[in-house]
Amino acid sequence: MTTLEQDFEATVAHDQRIEPRDWMPDAYRATMIRQIAQHAHSEIIGMQPEGIWITRAPSLRRKAILLAKVQDEAGHGLYLYSATETLGAERTDLTERLIEGRQKYSSIFNYPTLNFADVGVIGWLVDGAAICNQVPLCRSSYGPYARAMIRICKEESFHQRQGYELLMTMMGGTDGQREMVQDATNRWWWPSLMMFGPPDADSPNTAQSMRWRIKRHTNDELRQRFVDMTVPQAQALGVTLPDPELRWNEERGAHDFGQPDWDEFKQVVGGAGPCNTERVAQRRRAHEDGAWVRDAAMAHAEKQT
Amino acid sequence: MNEWPLYEVFLRGKRGLNHVHVGSLHAADDDMALHNARDLYTRRNEGVSIWVVRSNAITASSPDEKDPFFAPSGDKVYRHPTFYKIPEDVPHI
Repeated sequence: MTTLEQDFEATVAHDQRIEPRDWMPDAYRATMIRQIAQHAHSEIIGMQPEGIWITRAPSLRRKAILLAKVQDEAGHGLYLYSATETLGAERTDLTERLIEGRQKYSSIFNYPTLNFADVGVIGWLVDGAAICNQVPLCRSSYGPYARAMIRICKEESFHQRQGYELLMTMMGGTDGQREMVQDATNRWWWPSLMMFGPPDADSPNTAQSMRWRIKRHTNDELRQRFVDMTVPQAQALGVTLPDPELRWNEERGAHDFGQPDWDEFKQVVGGAGPCNTERVAQRRRAHEDGAWVRDAAMAHAEKQT
Repeated sequence: MNEWPLYEVFLRGKRGLNHVHVGSLHAADDDMALHNARDLYTRRNEGVSIWVVRSNAITASSPDEKDPFFAPSGDKVYRHPTFYKIPEDVPHI
């Protein structure tokens, strides 16, 4: 092992941060770029399923909240793209990789939002799961990523709470509204559990990522934590989580629960989910339709100098 | 078409504090960088003042040379107050 490698390993082992211009193994750099870019793409694509409800929000209050939330997601994407650029990645290149399908984003955003209760359930379950995943990333060994995650986690709390409050409001409404909440919960529960990734036994990169401290807990640990957090929230809300195997296990001090359909997960990740084509096409359209604006701004800036 | 240039963003969180680096963004020119920085980094009153500077205008020390670069201060312990022995019974020093 060279001195450079030793320094890197020692820094990580002492729980100190790796900073942009430090020496780092090529594989660490590549893994960080892939992980952060995938996270950034998820935030940007994640604007779509909720964004389509902005014009149809049932009140000005809900519209303002949803607009702020979708704007935050754009912001989160930008913090994260900014972190990848400290590793030598280029923004345009990452966008092109996304719209050409060469880089992935979270599979959750390939499901459709069918009614306004979905906006609430996304805040409650999807953002709740995201928080479980993201809080440990505030201690990622890569400094710029850890700092971006601290900002993001602060803002995610609003996302989850607005969703839960929206659902409480609907649960206090008509039978029809309560049915909408239950229906949305049924549809989003399993995809939310999939957000933590495949079971540990099928997650070959976990060990290396834990050693590099870019991952702090295994997929199954985080999934368990999410289920344990969510069960009492579902009870308070008055909805049923659609898992017949879900029950408290006194011995383990945790809930037992069923496994999501991992074949479906593989299909959605592989591009065959309900909305994959639509999401990427929309992102491509926004990028290409915006080209003249980017060019005009650049031309204007050049004239001023 | 080339990518918009990269800017580094510094925020003063409140009066009395230094500007602190918070991240970067792309913008066509300085004014746009300032506006984008406001929208991106101060959506919740995180700042009372923003600096933006083109990333390529920053000269930074190299982490590879950090030991020799910072060495001159390493052996000057007499710059620290604890270097000086003062009897316990001398007050206010």
